[in-house]
Amino acid sequence: MMAVLVVAVAVQRNLFSVVVLTGIYSFLMASVLVALDAVDVAMTEASVGAGISTVLLLGALYLVRADEAKPMHRPLLPLLVSVGVGAALVYGTLGLPAFSDPSAPIHTHVAPRYLNDALRETGVPNVVTAVLASYRGYDTLGETTVVFTAGVGVVALLRRRRRRGGGGE
Amino acid sequence: MKNDLVLRVVAKLFTPFVLLFALYVQFHGELGPGGGFQAGVIVAAAVILYAIVFGLPAARRLVPDAIVESMMAIGVLIYAGVGVAGLLLGGAYLDYFVLDRDPVHGQERGIFWVEIGVAITVSSVMLKIFAMFASRGHDPDE
Amino acid sequence: MGHYAYFVAIFLMVAGLYVTVARGNLVKKLIGLSIFQTSVYLLYIAPGKLIGATAPIVAPQYATYSNPLPHVLILTAIVVGVATLALGLALVVRIREAYGTVEEDQILAEDERRDADA
Repeated sequence: MMAVLVVAVAVQRNLFSVVVLTGIYSFLMASVLVALDAVDVAMTEASVGAGISTVLLLGALYLVRADEAKPMHRPLLPLLVSVGVGAALVYGTLGLPAFSDPSAPIHTHVAPRYLNDALRETGVPNVVTAVLASYRGYDTLGETTVVFTAGVGVVALLRRRRRRGGGGE
Repeated sequence: MKNDLVLRVVAKLFTPFVLLFALYVQFHGELGPGGGFQAGVIVAAAVILYAIVFGLPAARRLVPDAIVESMMAIGVLIYAGVGVAGLLLGGAYLDYFVLDRDPVHGQERGIFWVEIGVAITVSSVMLKIFAMFASRGHDPDE
Repeated sequence: MGHYAYFVAIFLMVAGLYVTVARGNLVKKLIGLSIFQTSVYLLYIAPGKLIGATAPIVAPQYATYSNPLPHVLILTAIVVGVATLALGLALVVRIREAYGTVEEDQILAEDERRDADA
């Protein structure tokens, strides 16, 4: 179903329907994430991906007001490149551990320590919150700063300079 | 959309509950799914709903620009301030164990303030971004 | 199951890459990039899942949990992703105001025309 949606996004030229389709896509992605036990991430994806980014895309579309033009060059070369990359990646995954393998490296190194000690050390049962705010606090400080910087960037790009005399840009 | 009665009533009814839900997500984030990032986005979504239905000027009266802009920075400063507080109390930067006599309580306190900082920054940045995009289109010289 | 989850992620990634590379419309390119990004979410989250495990919220009645570390990384990545998407859209809006179009070909043609004039 997600595959169908993505193909629809790729084919559709009316940008408005593309934006609506990406909203649906985000909701589907959120439900897949719930199935994968990532409830925190799913919540974020549902509110951010389906909510805020759809609103932002619609706002930008309102300003841009355009349908997509027919591409002038042939799509054959990009298609070849993409399929080539995909084939290389599929070849790469063959060396990875199988899905839900408890002995995979990802489950044997840092995670058990977080899962066993987080409640005792921080008093917070939600391990994701504990790791986010405490063990990897520097990380999150950096991310918050990035969000702040992006906000400042948008303000700098879109703010109208108030000039006396009503002159345009 | 300003004249649609159903929309106006529903939006007015919904906004406080969405804000309440955001607070729940924020403060319950230590026990269940949720936290500063999600709560911030939900707060922003509530105000954006209000702005879409009642128009941007109404939302600007509700949450003035100066407050939103200063909150963008205040969130980061709260986060960084928690780190500095750890330093002043004799620990390392962003070390929460020293924030209370009981290290576990110190951790809880640190996480609480850090999440609040995250929520403030995220919500105000999202709001500001939306306001920038929305106000851009309404200018007559466009 | 095997490697099925990886293949889904790869398909989404390739689709996003194709949209980004093949389409000339800048808004469409940004949407392609965000699809690319969601495929990375899947690539991170899927290996952390253990069948029979539950979400990583510690409670006495559960013994096995899925890996919380990828969740943390992706959680912040999503929020940063939307912030950067907004920054990209702001750039697109400015480009549209400067050139009157958001199609790559037309922007390039306009650039060449201006260079010729100068």
